[in-house]
Amino acid sequence: MPEVGQAVGVRELTLAQAINEALAEEMRRDPRVFIIGEDVAEAGTPFKVLKGLVEEFGPERVIDSPISEAGITGIGLGAAMTGMHPVVDIMFGDFLTLAMDQLVNQAAKVHYMSGGKLKAPMVIRTTLGATRRSAAQHSQSLHAWLSHVPGLKVALPATPYDAKGLLKTAIRDENPVVFFEDKLMYQQKGPVPVEEYTLPFGVADIKRQGSDITLVATSSMVYVALEAAELLAEDAISAEVIDPRTTFPLDKATLIASAKKTSRALVIDEGYERYGVTAEIASVIAEGAFYSLDAPVKRMGAMDVPIPFSPALEDLTVATPHTVAAAARALCGKA
Amino acid sequence: MAESDLKPAVHEAPELADVGIEQWLQMYQQMFRIRSFEEQVNQLYLTAKMPGLAHLYIGQEAVAVGVCEALRRDDYITSTHRGHGHCIAKGASTDRMYAELLGKAPGYCGGKGGSMHIADQETGNLGANAIVGGSAGIATGAALSAKLRGSNQVVACFFGEGALGQGLLYEVMNMASLWRLPVLYVCENNLYNEYTRYQETTAGTLADRPQAFGVLTERVDGQDVRQVYAAAGRLVARARRGEGPAFLLCDTYRFLGHHVGDIDRTYYRSREEEQTWRAEKDPLKLMASWLLDGGQADQTILAQIETDVRGEIGSAVQFALAAPYPDQREVDQQVYA
Repeated sequence: MPEVGQAVGVRELTLAQAINEALAEEMRRDPRVFIIGEDVAEAGTPFKVLKGLVEEFGPERVIDSPISEAGITGIGLGAAMTGMHPVVDIMFGDFLTLAMDQLVNQAAKVHYMSGGKLKAPMVIRTTLGATRRSAAQHSQSLHAWLSHVPGLKVALPATPYDAKGLLKTAIRDENPVVFFEDKLMYQQKGPVPVEEYTLPFGVADIKRQGSDITLVATSSMVYVALEAAELLAEDAISAEVIDPRTTFPLDKATLIASAKKTSRALVIDEGYERYGVTAEIASVIAEGAFYSLDAPVKRMGAMDVPIPFSPALEDLTVATPHTVAAAARALCGKA
Repeated sequence: MAESDLKPAVHEAPELADVGIEQWLQMYQQMFRIRSFEEQVNQLYLTAKMPGLAHLYIGQEAVAVGVCEALRRDDYITSTHRGHGHCIAKGASTDRMYAELLGKAPGYCGGKGGSMHIADQETGNLGANAIVGGSAGIATGAALSAKLRGSNQVVACFFGEGALGQGLLYEVMNMASLWRLPVLYVCENNLYNEYTRYQETTAGTLADRPQAFGVLTERVDGQDVRQVYAAAGRLVARARRGEGPAFLLCDTYRFLGHHVGDIDRTYYRSREEEQTWRAEKDPLKLMASWLLDGGQADQTILAQIETDVRGEIGSAVQFALAAPYPDQREVDQQVYA
C-alpha cells in the first residue's frame, strides 16, 4: 500500500466513492470537465458510481445520453478537440466494440495526424471483469485492445486510493485515456487521504514485497494475487505482488527489476489470455530479466472462451487464489 | 438530378440582395482556386510526384464555397476524404496543402496526415477524415462544446451521400436535435458511393432520414453557389441563434473518378452523363454566366482572377516540390500530446 503522511487524515472509501470524489473534485477545479453517458445523471449509472454529481453540477455537465456508444464517444472527441475535457461513460467494457472507430481511428490518431496541432484530452470510463453472472456480452475485459493502439493510454486501478489518484491524472491528461474499473470492486474499501493528490501514469505499485516469485497482477487480479501470496506464505514461498496500474504507459523497469530479484514471474490478468496483456508483460520480463530467470515466465489470463453464464462454468474462466498459488508453486519447483 | 421528395429550394431576394459584387467575386475566386488546385493534384499524380492517391473535388466546388462563405473564421468545419475543397474554402493556404500532399515538412500536418487528413486549427478546420461519416461525431461534439462554452460558434459537417450508410451519423443527429446543437450537416450527393450509384445503396429518400429526427432539412442545387450560400447562410444564422441543427442536401456531381486513379468509369456511369453535367452544370461556368449576363462583372475581371490564381497555384506547387521531407526523428513524435 502506498504511504500516506501521518499528519493527513485518511478515510475508508469504497472504490465507487473514490471515483465519484475524483470526478467531483476535477469538475469543481476545471469548468471544462463534463460527463456524458447513458444513465449518468439522476440514475448515477447502474453501479451508482456517479450518485449526487448531477445535483451538484447540473444536467449541462452531467449529460444523460441516448444508448449510442459510438455517438457519445465521437461527441466527446469533438468537444475535447475544441476546448473541453469530457469524461465519457461506457457502461460496460463490452460496449467498447461499438465505439471502436471513434477511439481507434479518430481519438487515438488526431494528435499525430494533425502534426501535433489538435489534441483529444478525454477520458473514457468503462468497466471490466467477469464472475458477476452477466454472461458473454457483459463480462469481458477488453483493455488489451486499447493498450495495443498508439495514441491511447490505459489505466486499470485496483484500489480506491489508486482509482482516485489515477482518475484525476487521467482527467488532466492531454490525451485520450481509457479507464477500466472492475464492476465487482466498486464496493471494495480502502484508505484514501482527505487531502488532494494525484498518481502518475506509468508507475507500478508494489502491493506486497517478496523474494521468491513475482506475481504481476492487474485490476481485480491484484486481490487474487494478494490472496495467493498468503497461501504461498503458508508453504514458505515469498511472493512479491506488483500492480502496473497502467498498461500504457507501462512501467517496464519495476517489473523487470522485481523479476531479476525473485528470478520467477507469473502474470495474471482478467483479459483473454490469447494475445493479451499477459503476453505483453511476460515478453517484457522475458526480454528484460532473461539471464536472471530460473523458470519460464508464466501467464494466466481469462480462459479463451466467451464468458459463460452458469456460475459452475463462469468461475472456471478466471484465475483464483488457488489456481494462481498452484501455478506459482510449480514455477518454484514445489508443486 | 438526385431524387428526393424534397424539392430544391430557390432563394431570391432578400437573402441574396445584400451580397455585394466583391463577395460574389470572392466566391468565384475560391471556386476557381479549388478547381486549379485539384487539376494540379491530378498532374502531380500523373507525373508520379505525389505518393499515394487523392480524391478530387472537381465539380463540387460550389458546395464547399457556398457553405464556408456563410461561416465565420472561428466557426468549425469537419471534412472528408474528398476534402481539399473544404480546406481551401475555409481559408487554408495552397502551398502548405500541396506540401502535405507530398508528405513534406512544411505541410499542414508536417507530412504526417496527407491528402485525407489535413487539419488547420487556425481556420477552424478540425480535419479531413478517411472514414466515411467518421467526422460526424467530432462535428457534433464541437457543436456541443460551442454550446457549453457559450462561444456562439457554428459547425459545418461535410459528408457525401455515402455517409448515410453509417450508423454514427444517425446517433449524433439524434443528439444534435435533442439538444439543439449549432451544427449544419452538409450532405453532398454526388450520386456515387465510390463506384456504386447511390440508389442501389439507399432505401427511401435521402431527405427523409434527417427529418425523422426532427432536423430541419433543405435541398439545394449544389452547382449554384448562390443557392448554396443563401441556404447555408440562413441555416447557419438559425443555428447561431440557438434554434438547432439543420441538414443541407446539395445535389452535385463528381466530375472525375472516386480518386485520381479511377480513370475508366464506364462500368458504373456513362460518358454521356459526365459530359452533360460538365456542359450544363459546371459551377464555375454557371457563376461566370450569372456574373457576366447580369453585367456585374466583365470578362477582364474574371480573367484577372484566373490569372492570379493560376500564378499562386504554380508557385504553391513549386514550393511543395522544393520543400524538404520531415526529419526521420519525427516518426515517433506527437504520438502523445
